[in-house]
Amino acid sequence: MSDRVALVVDRIKCDGHGVCADLVPEMIELDDWGYPIIRSDAIPPSVLPHARRAVSGCPTLALRLQALASRR
Amino acid sequence: MSIALLAGPPGAQGMEGFAAHRHRLGDLPEAHALIDSVERTNLRGKGGAGFPVATKWRSVASQRGGTPVVLANGGEGEPLSRKDRMLMEQRPHLVIDGAILAAGAVGADEIVLYVGADHAGALQAMHRAMNERPASERARLRLLSAPVRYVSGEETAAVHFVNAGIALPTSIPPRPYERGIDGRPTLVQNVETLAHVALIARFGDEWFRSLGTGNASGTTLVTVGGAVPQTVLIEIPQGIALADAVNAAGGITSNSDAVLLGGYFGGWVESATAWGLPLDGDALRQQGYSLGCGVVAVLPSGRCGVVETARILAYLAHESARQCGPCTFGLRAISAAAGRVAGLASTPGDLEHIQRWAGVLAGRGACRHPDGAAGLLASALRVFAGEFSLHEYQRRCSVASAVAAAS
Repeated sequence: MSDRVALVVDRIKCDGHGVCADLVPEMIELDDWGYPIIRSDAIPPSVLPHARRAVSGCPTLALRLQALASRR
Repeated sequence: MSIALLAGPPGAQGMEGFAAHRHRLGDLPEAHALIDSVERTNLRGKGGAGFPVATKWRSVASQRGGTPVVLANGGEGEPLSRKDRMLMEQRPHLVIDGAILAAGAVGADEIVLYVGADHAGALQAMHRAMNERPASERARLRLLSAPVRYVSGEETAAVHFVNAGIALPTSIPPRPYERGIDGRPTLVQNVETLAHVALIARFGDEWFRSLGTGNASGTTLVTVGGAVPQTVLIEIPQGIALADAVNAAGGITSNSDAVLLGGYFGGWVESATAWGLPLDGDALRQQGYSLGCGVVAVLPSGRCGVVETARILAYLAHESARQCGPCTFGLRAISAAAGRVAGLASTPGDLEHIQRWAGVLAGRGACRHPDGAAGLLASALRVFAGEFSLHEYQRRCSVASAVAAAS
């Protein structure tokens, strides 16, 4: 399973614009200060296109997709 | 009480010079298969995180990104800890021995000695010790003073300071063992850990293991403070009961309801439980506690756990590097609310907010600063649950009331 990916954020780059939570609410919610709380599990295939948009739409380029080590 | 690192002349005599050190312990041994030997001791890092030392060394040694570097981390930022600065003051040559052995084991050609700028005695001793070493060793050693700041000792912050003069954490990956000083694989290891290695290389892993109690291995440095006659550094066999360490420090000077174990990144434990806990990193981890950097702080009677916790949170919020939002704003909010609760001036919802925020900060910074603060807060909410409620809902402090009644 090489296509299991998750969203990760560079905490130093992230400025809390919150675009990501709008685009992928399935995976991201915002804390009381507007910073993303991101689920660490694999993104469902149906959500993946939105996740890619969130990555490319992040104003500070803090968000990326990361392959998950396959767990069996 | 058996001791190893602090064996030799009493600490009050100050630094043990190179001649005395060599006379007492012999030359630095040729260490064959040192990583295997260290692995058999089960030695873990003494900086706080407790990562297995041999595993870290193998990771550095197996990297391909250039010749490795060793950074001996003496940037002790924990306000309750004395161990690293006192070890460097008294036994700088053990630290340097360990750093040289580590460099040999991982294939490093350069060693950075990173010492907190406010630890004047330690800086002076390390400087003197460095200059006592043979020229061949001196050429590979560099002494740097670390800025006075809680996060300066964090491993990516230490590397960042060496590279760019900025002692603030950086995003991972890469971790220092992958790409650190000058982009080279870097072993960042606490100075106490290195000092233990200097003795393991001389006397062997079986000897080291035999110093511990029960299943625990070796000795460890512990700073005992709070309700004891004075804050002291002691070396204990790993695995002895916390109460025995407190007794070795002179015993308690007042009744106590709670002990802060592991320092500001550790947690509060009810005294009734704490006295019997084994001071051994592995055993504590299994029970959900942390030895952290070896701090045992006994809360004196007459001091309120809620007030002490709020004070620590204010410190940690202030010491945030302010690079990551959840840490910058989360710790500030937690500290403000905890301060109001502690000061009997809470606004409605403060305690509920704190309880919720304690659960949302872990894993949300470039470094573990928010995790440490959240862990301390969570432990306080458990141990001082009644006192937090009393402060929030009745605006009363049982400790302040008791003190007032007695006077």
